[in-house]
Amino acid sequence: MKKYILTSTLAALFALGGLSVPALAGPEDVVVENAWSRASIGMNRPGAAYMTIRNTGDEPVTLIGLATPLAMMPEIHETKTNAEGVSSMSPAGEIAIAPGESVALKPGGLHAMLMRLQEPMREGDTFPLTLLFDDGGEVTVEVPILGIAARGPED
Amino acid sequence: MRRRAILGYGAAGVGAVALMLFVGWWQVDRPGGPEPVGQRPVALTEMDFRLTDHEGNAVGPETLIGRPTMAFFGFTYCPDVCPTTLSDISGWLDDLGDEADEMNVVFITVDPERDTVETMAEYVGYFHPAIRGWTGPEKQIARVADGFRATYERVPTESGDYTMNHTASVFLFAASGRFVTMIDYHEPREFAVPKIGRVLEEQMEGAT
Ligand SMILES: [Cu+2]
Repeated sequence: MKKYILTSTLAALFALGGLSVPALAGPEDVVVENAWSRASIGMNRPGAAYMTIRNTGDEPVTLIGLATPLAMMPEIHETKTNAEGVSSMSPAGEIAIAPGESVALKPGGLHAMLMRLQEPMREGDTFPLTLLFDDGGEVTVEVPILGIAARGPED
Repeated sequence: MRRRAILGYGAAGVGAVALMLFVGWWQVDRPGGPEPVGQRPVALTEMDFRLTDHEGNAVGPETLIGRPTMAFFGFTYCPDVCPTTLSDISGWLDDLGDEADEMNVVFITVDPERDTVETMAEYVGYFHPAIRGWTGPEKQIARVADGFRATYERVPTESGDYTMNHTASVFLFAASGRFVTMIDYHEPREFAVPKIGRVLEEQMEGAT
């Protein structure tokens, strides 16, 4: 049984702790942690955002898409590097997360690809990113924009 | 009796070593066999290409001879792998400190259509100051990739743009231009920094 409740009090509490604590919103069974992205140069290049999505409930959840006012075409992508060392990326499709499991969006693997930016991603800003689930549930997380050379949520 | 046993083991040992050497040779150099996965780049002294660096200087393989070199391919419209590689390299260079001043660090675009000299200048400006950005005509980029045994391919995206699949390894060359080793994309920092250190040490020994 998935619950959809407001957790603004919790979110506000976590926000006090900075970036390394859960950014919690929407369905209480889904917790998004350590969200971050890199600043863009202008609007012509696609951006990428990263985070850990944790299913704390007792039923599987399936992530089917993304929505954000920042980009016309946000999409979960996966980068793969083959045996010859060649990297490529393609849409990752639906992502099922089993109860108690989490999925990491991180450099060189899964990422939220932000195509057709509507405005430049400026260091120090944040933008809302909504995760869409197959049962109609949504989780919106505020993603901090770090520097172009950022390596992770802490820098 | 005992001695004969020892001799026996000795002979078996020699046999085993010979077999291992043979197997090793067979795997690496087997005549007529398929090319091994991830061929080695040729030496920089055997490469021939003309590019322009992000400050507008004419550059080529000879620009890199005399100092150890770290080189890699990418493109500035790359949202994931390239900024990650550039910031990893920036981190390695920070770890190496002053030593890193002794080396060439070159980011070569595989997307010269969008990556002009000005674009490269702006992009590399966000990373470690030692990193140089090289671009040039597509034909010249193809020659560089050929020398490095690297590949790249233009792939259309659903957004109507295109992205580039490309070799994401970081290549290390000695000051002489000889290829030494490469750092794979997912290789942890604990392995990457010592590898670079090794190339820098070779340089020191060569200098004495
Ligand atoms: Cu992508």
